[in-house]
Amino acid sequence: MDREDTKARIDTLIEPFNKKGVAITDDTTFAGDLEWDSLTVMDFVAAIEDEFDIIISMNQQAEIETYGQLIDAVTKLRGE
Amino acid sequence: MSESISTPDKPEPLPEVEDAKDLFSKFDPLIKQRQDLLDSGLEDPFGLVMERVLSPVTAVCNGRETILLGTYNYMGMTFDPEVIEAGKSALENYGSGTTGSRVLNGTYVGHKDVEDALCEFYGMDHAMVFSTGYQANLGIISTIAGKGDYIVLDIDSHASIWDGCAMGNAEVVPFKHNDLEAMEKRLKRIPEGAGKLVVLEGVYSMLGDIAPLKEMIAIAKSHGAMVLVDEAHSMGFIGPNGRGVAEDQGVLDDVDFVIGTFSKSVGTVGGFCVSNHPKFEIMRLVCRPYVFTASLPPSVVATAATSIRKLMDAGDKREHLWENSKRLHKGLRDLGFELGTEEPQSAIIAVIMPDLERGAGMWEALLKEGLYVNLARPPATPAGMTLLRCSLCAEHSEEQVGQILTMFEAAGKAVGII
Ligand SMILES: Cc1ncc(COP(=O)(O)O)c(C=O)c1O
Repeated sequence: MDREDTKARIDTLIEPFNKKGVAITDDTTFAGDLEWDSLTVMDFVAAIEDEFDIIISMNQQAEIETYGQLIDAVTKLRGE
Repeated sequence: MSESISTPDKPEPLPEVEDAKDLFSKFDPLIKQRQDLLDSGLEDPFGLVMERVLSPVTAVCNGRETILLGTYNYMGMTFDPEVIEAGKSALENYGSGTTGSRVLNGTYVGHKDVEDALCEFYGMDHAMVFSTGYQANLGIISTIAGKGDYIVLDIDSHASIWDGCAMGNAEVVPFKHNDLEAMEKRLKRIPEGAGKLVVLEGVYSMLGDIAPLKEMIAIAKSHGAMVLVDEAHSMGFIGPNGRGVAEDQGVLDDVDFVIGTFSKSVGTVGGFCVSNHPKFEIMRLVCRPYVFTASLPPSVVATAATSIRKLMDAGDKREHLWENSKRLHKGLRDLGFELGTEEPQSAIIAVIMPDLERGAGMWEALLKEGLYVNLARPPATPAGMTLLRCSLCAEHSEEQVGQILTMFEAAGKAVGII
């Protein structure tokens, strides 16, 4: 699946969650830069899962630290 | 000067290095938060010592007689004369401990008897007793859900459920608390052919709310999932026979595994899983938290068996406990406190505090009034809340519930919460 398309859609999805207005790049980290708590993570993951009709298990989430890694992972999951 | 005499058993203090990093550095923020709380002059909410225990509902703490409202001793079985007698007799006849695993030298007649008592209590074919409820969740969840299987669980699940997930190799998929739609969406997306386990609780102990098990279990079953329900906080009290929320909602037959504990209504320590699964007994060989630890002492299983059998017909106590719960809930609400549930749904009433500082202040004010409740704070609580959790006991008298409300009023006003 197309990484560009995935990124564009996640860019839109993350907006309401980016309460601090951080400028997001592929290297932005969820825990460090965005300072999300576990509930925010759950809601954001649920939004992505619904958008692409996929599951991102906790096991997979544990491997994802940056925004770029998230887009790569979702792109891959969409292709499966 | 005495300071200059160096003694061999007292090494010179190392110069204080601000950021000497070691494996404990990761705890620094928590150490600081705790120190700040103690420096503000508050008693340590996590360091209380019960000096004497007078009954299931009263103890002496810091020299003060205190009403206990945070023990999970729902049915007040800890001082039941028959329970005590059973424990004493087992202690004398079978000794103080088994010194062995259930699968080696650690299964005595008492362990078999308490498993029989559980089968009778739940009307189920199999029961397996663990050394704690924590280990029951750890063992059953990590063992039955393996690599390639999926565990779908409520985000507010107890730590022992999460740790069971972490210990195993299954894919772990949480959903929003008690949200039927979120749960179903996740079940739908699980790849064809993968094994599925849905993990739920009857009563969620942080807010004292119950799960819509009837609907949730129907959805789980329609997606071919097995269902495990942790009924730690409902045993002995909720449901026509005290079997829990699943029984109360008429769906106990659809539950594959019930997890429970002896550390709450049963009034001692230990955990269990009951099931009708025809192959359930194999768990005794493959479940590591069952095999690689010593079994419960004979006195503990004897007290548990006696208590469980007494809980089978404790209808009057259940009724009184419900009355207590309703009375406390209404009283606290009338005083202006914010509570975890609109209506009382269990024997846990959670009082929501504005923040940790005032929560700890309120906790201490109550203790000084002579009332013990549980202080709960993040990350154990949902949505970063600070809670004062009250758990009622069937042995609390109507008069004590009245006293409790008076103490809440005084403390709440002193701390400025109401
Ligand atoms: C929902 C739930 N499950 C399991 C446990 C663990 O029980 P135990 O105290 O027997 O380890 C508890 C109690 O802390 C609990 O609240």
